[in-house]
Formats: sequence, C-alpha cells, structure tokens
Amino acid sequence: MSKTYRTDQPEHVVWEYSPAPESRSIVHLQSSYGLFIGGAFVEPVDGDSYRTENPATEEVLAEIAAAGLRDVDRAVEVAGRAQKTVWGPMAGAERAKYLFRIARIIQERSRELAVLESLDNGKPIRESRDVDVPLAAAHFFYYAGWADKLEHAGFGPNPAPIGVAGQVIPWNFPLMMAAWKLAPALAAGNTCVLKPATTTPLTALLLAEIIQQADLPPGVVNVLTGAGSVAGAALVAHPGIDKVAFTGSTEVGKDLQRALAGKGKHLTLELGGKAANIVFEDAALDQAIEGIVNGIFFNQGEVCCAGSRLLVQESIADTVVERLKSRLSTLRVGDPLDKNTDLGAINNADQLEKIRSLVEEGEAEGAVRWSPSCALPAHGYWFPPTLFTNVSPSQSIAREEIFGPVLSVLTFRTPEEAVAKANNTTYGLSAGVWTEKGSRILWMAQHLRAGVVWANTFNRFDPTSPFGGYRESGFGREGGRHGLAAYLDV
Amino acid sequence: MSDERLVVRKTYKLYIGGAFPRSESGRSYAVVASDGSFLANAALGSRKDLRNAVVAARNALAGWSGATAYNRGQVLYRVAEMLDGRRSQFADEISSSEGTSQEAAAASIDAAVDRWVWYAGWSDKVAQVAGSSNPVAGPFFNFSVPEPTGVVGVVAPQSSSLLGLVSVLAPVIATGNTAVLLASETRPLPAITLAEVLATSDLPGGVVNLLTGQVAELAPVLAAHRDVDALDLTGAPASLVVELERAAVSNVKRVLLPQACEPDWAEAPTPRRMLAFLETKTVWHPVGL
Repeated sequence: MSKTYRTDQPEHVVWEYSPAPESRSIVHLQSSYGLFIGGAFVEPVDGDSYRTENPATEEVLAEIAAAGLRDVDRAVEVAGRAQKTVWGPMAGAERAKYLFRIARIIQERSRELAVLESLDNGKPIRESRDVDVPLAAAHFFYYAGWADKLEHAGFGPNPAPIGVAGQVIPWNFPLMMAAWKLAPALAAGNTCVLKPATTTPLTALLLAEIIQQADLPPGVVNVLTGAGSVAGAALVAHPGIDKVAFTGSTEVGKDLQRALAGKGKHLTLELGGKAANIVFEDAALDQAIEGIVNGIFFNQGEVCCAGSRLLVQESIADTVVERLKSRLSTLRVGDPLDKNTDLGAINNADQLEKIRSLVEEGEAEGAVRWSPSCALPAHGYWFPPTLFTNVSPSQSIAREEIFGPVLSVLTFRTPEEAVAKANNTTYGLSAGVWTEKGSRILWMAQHLRAGVVWANTFNRFDPTSPFGGYRESGFGREGGRHGLAAYLDV
Repeated sequence: MSDERLVVRKTYKLYIGGAFPRSESGRSYAVVASDGSFLANAALGSRKDLRNAVVAARNALAGWSGATAYNRGQVLYRVAEMLDGRRSQFADEISSSEGTSQEAAAASIDAAVDRWVWYAGWSDKVAQVAGSSNPVAGPFFNFSVPEPTGVVGVVAPQSSSLLGLVSVLAPVIATGNTAVLLASETRPLPAITLAEVLATSDLPGGVVNLLTGQVAELAPVLAAHRDVDALDLTGAPASLVVELERAAVSNVKRVLLPQACEPDWAEAPTPRRMLAFLETKTVWHPVGL
C-alpha cells in the first residue's frame, strides 16, 4: 500500500489500494435469455432480441428476448388463469411458504445475485452485496408472513386480491425493485407480469430461475424483458391487467396515468424526486458529512430519493463544503466488482448524456462546478462525483432530477427558511434532517412535504417501512402494512 | 289587498375564503324545483371564481392542517350543531329541489347531521388507524403518519343535495385537507345554505370553498389546476370523467373515481373516503445514547 499527497488537496492523504475484485466466476451467463412465461423460459413469438451490456466496460453480457404484443397477451393470459385457478384460491399459509422459500433461495444465491447485479447495472459490489440483495430477500421474507394474516391487516374482514398486476420497474435497483413489486402482490393473492428495465434484465431473469427452484406454480410470476415503449406500454394498457405498479421517472409516470384514464385499473406510481438534505449548525458534522455523501453518491446518485439538494445552515456552509470536497477526494470511482469501489458506472449511455447536459446547464446558469481529480476508465459510462456551489433555487440543477452523482449546495438561515426551500419543488419523495435536537427533528419532519424523512441518516430502507411520494413523486406506498393496500381491492 | 306578508328572499351566492361573493362574472342561473317552478337565481361561477377559490383553499391549508386534531373535531362538531339548527330551511330546499316529502327531507337531514358527527369524531382517530410504528432492522424509531393531501377538488353528487354533499365534504376536511367544491348543478341551494352553516361554525375561512354553476364548465379547470392536489369525482357526469382524469395528470393528482351510479348515501360510511385523501409520511428517528 502506498500513499500519495494530492496537489489539489495538499492537506489530504489519499491511500492507494490494491485491486480487490470480486470474482465473476460465480455467475454463469447464458449467451441468450428467453421470456419467463407460465413457469418456463420461452422464445418470443416474433423472435426479437437485444443486447444487454456491462456499463463499466461496454462488453455485451447476453442476448435478451424482446417481448412483443403477442408475448404480452400470452403472459397476461397465463397470469390471469393462474390467479383464478391456483394462486387466488390457495390458502394464505401456503402462499406464505412459497414466498419464504423464495426469500431463502435469494439468501442462498446472494453472492451470485450481487455479482450479476453489479455486472449488469454498474453499481459497486459493496452496495449490491450489502443493500440490494439482502433487502430483496428481506422483502420476500416480510411479505411472506402477511399472506396468511391479511384479514388482520386492517383492510376489512375479507380482503381480496385485485387480480393480475402489471409491474414496470427501473434500472437503478433491478432486483430490489422486482422484490418490492412481487412480494406484496403475491402475498395478497395477485399474480404478476413483471417488466424489468431494458438495460438491466439479468437479475430479474435469475429471480425467475429462483422462482422455478421454489416450485412456484407456473404463471404466478411472469417476466417480460424488452422495451418500455413496446412491452411496457402494452402490458400496462392490457385489458387483462387489473393493477398497474410503476417505478420510474415522473415524465413516464404521467404518460402512464394519462394512458390509464378511464380504464378503471388500480394504479400506484413511485416517481422522481429532488430531495433536500438539510444540515443544521448543531449537527454532528462527521456523521453529517458521511450522510450527505451517502445521500447523493449511493448508487452513483441514480436513486429517486437521493439527497440531491444539500441545504446547509449558513453559519457552517463553508466548513461543510470544504469537508465535503476533502471527503469526495477519497471516493473511489471504478470497477464495480472491486470491493473498495465507492462509485461504479452510470447505468447507460443515455443517462450519462442526461447527467452531462444538466451539469453543463448548471455551469451555464452560473453555478460553480467542482469535482475531485479522478481518473475515469477509458471504456464504459462514467461520471465523477460532482458538487455545485453558488446554486440558486431557480436553476435547473436545483429543480430537475439529475439522477446522477451531482450535488447542489444551497444555504438557509432559519428552520422556516429551510422548510420553505425544501418544499419548493414539485416532487415530494424524501428529505433528510441533520441536527442533534430531537424536537427540531420532529418539527422539521412535520413540515417537510415528503413521503420519507430521514433524521441523522439517509437512504435507509426496510421492508417494514412504508416508502413513497407526495405530490409529483407519485402515490401509493411500498413496504409495511401500507404496501399491502396497493395490492388489495380496498 | 292580501294580509299575507311578502317573504324576504335569500340571495344565493358563492362561498370563497369565508366570504359570500357573487360570481365575478356577474352571471347567474335560474334554479328550479323538481316541478319546474322557479326557486332562486344562483351564481353561475366562472373559471376566475374557481381560481380564486383554489387560492383561498391553499391559503387556509397550513392553518387547518396544522390545527390539532382535537380542535378540528370540535369545529366539525360545531358544524353539526349549526346544521341541526337550520333544519327547516334545509327541509324546504331539499323537498323542493329533490321533489321529496318533508318527512323524507327530514330523514335525510337527520342522516346528514349524524354523518357530520361521525366524521367529526374521526379527526383525532384516523392517525391511529392509518398510521403505524414500523419495526425496522436498525437503531431507529420508525413511524408512519397520515397527513392531508392538501387542496382537494370535489365534484359533489348531483342528486342528493345535502346528505350526498355532506358525505363527500366531511371526510375531506376532517383529516385536515381544504376543499374546493362544485355543488350539484341543478340542486345547489342546500349547498349554499350549508356554506352559511360553515361560516357560522368557527370553521376558518377558505377551508371549504363552494361554487355553484355548470359542472362541465368548471370541473375541467378544477381537474387541470396545478395547485389542486386531489380530486373527488363522485358527482362528475360519466361523459366527463375520462377527460377529467386526463386533466388531473398535470400534477399527478390523486383521483377518487365515481361509482357506476350515485351511491345510496343512507348506507353506513367507511373510512375509505378519508383514506383516499391522505398521504403517508414515514420518519426515521435515530435511537442512541
């Protein structure tokens, strides 16, 4: 191990680490994957396919089936039949045992899932291993236990499933989002047709294999890979779909809400965000700096609830920015499979382009851009951790969801001003508050218009904890008892 | 020469921000009884009136949602008391516009008062039913509380002029939302009389704003308004619903859709209408020494 003194941060020591890559040999990639319909992997009717790649290297990982309209018909039909004949009528206690099985197999194959997730998504193995996969297992485990207790969940004496759920999920947490969607739906007695994000199909397909291993009755879960504009759009509009659950951008969410007008389908939306992370002058600063970093650089900032607007009390703003710059200089950007990596690759070229253009807009609008000097790999999609100061609330970097490792720093003087600035957004997914004063935490929590408020922490998730947005961040909750309501005919 | 005293008629106006203005448009329309006879001229609310009502509802939100649940319950119970005291006026308006007997009108007033009392009692209980503490796997006290969605636009039922109206309005405001309500187009008089009840019940101005006029003219503006957070389309005509749902997408409104036909309002209510206009906020509070 050697250490170098960096010229831009003379007081700061940066340790060089030896590479510590996780082996990818645990993953057995097939050259091509079919659709998972009726309990089996099948070829798409029209035979279309596309390639999924490793965003860290641009290496093609596999050929993926692209579902067409007839495949959607087929999947919805088998899901409908499975709901009516098998899964709906099944005793809750039996459904529970299937879900417990799935949770257990996810745990058993956790290493494989984590490596595959990092390969296909670009996120650091440390996160896929410690966050995505354990939470996916925990969600199945939690909702498994609800399957035979629904009549005690507070939704009336005879809670009924809605029917067939069409679920469209994003690429930022591919496996975890699949678990958040499938587990409560299945516990409540619905069957599912899941459309993973185009660029991250592999862990959903491995989950399908796990579902086979668990002997889940055929048709209860179906996975359709392909394009959102084809398979996704056809799925949510399909007359055989009774419930639509979507996680993704507010823009697409609105298109979907509009498309479903008059269709009478149940709908829940988990959309974008522009969360304020609010740091008061009395905050425990070491903790807060780590929390700010975790808030925006976790998963490269590709998180709907990311703390992308830092609101710092004016008296400590200079100190916080200095310390952040120092901390950002130690973040390690690179190989997602390296266990020391803090920031992996941006998931896809389009997203990288979006981040670049918003960052350029921020500079053009007068904000001051800063990134540590860090070498980025020659191939793949990369963006360095970035911090903007001199940001005004009207600038696009302070208003629009960037969905990347870009933090905008704003200041405030009083709690009232912090609340006003934090709420000055059309979103309302999450917020963070850093202070040592308990009563102020709760006062802030009361006044922030956001579905999740983290105090002295950020980006924490738990299957028992309801998650979801206010305002244009969507409606409906995932997690906890509240998450069941999205899949019961209440 | 008759000895009969000439009745002093009431002018039916809009109810916005706690005041009773005429429509800024200067328009009115004739309201007729079920037998076609003239009852009164009601204000024909305009788009501008509606926008004013949304501003009033937004301004009232912080105070009403920030009031203690106990206080809201007290105010709402007071509304029930005032409602009960106006029964003769309601009875006349209901029986003439709905074409029902005085007895039937009286029964629906009883039910309306009881309905209002039922919801008044919910204001300090709904958080206990809809909230939770969540046993997360970590050193946090994690709890979820219901909070009002905000400004709710309500298209009131077209047939049941008081009981239906009360059944959709009370659940919206009991939990701390504020409301902009479009009264039944052809039977608006009990709605305006209800506004007079609200105005004398310690309900802060702007918590309920009530417009009379044409649903087809006003509802699309209400549905598209970006400062309205949710919509109750219970009284919207079927021909308008899809258009209103689409307009509601502008700011991802929560939409409560109408049933196939107007519900039987005499049936016992459930918390469903309150839950439709509540958000769930989850707070992670650290636990440590």
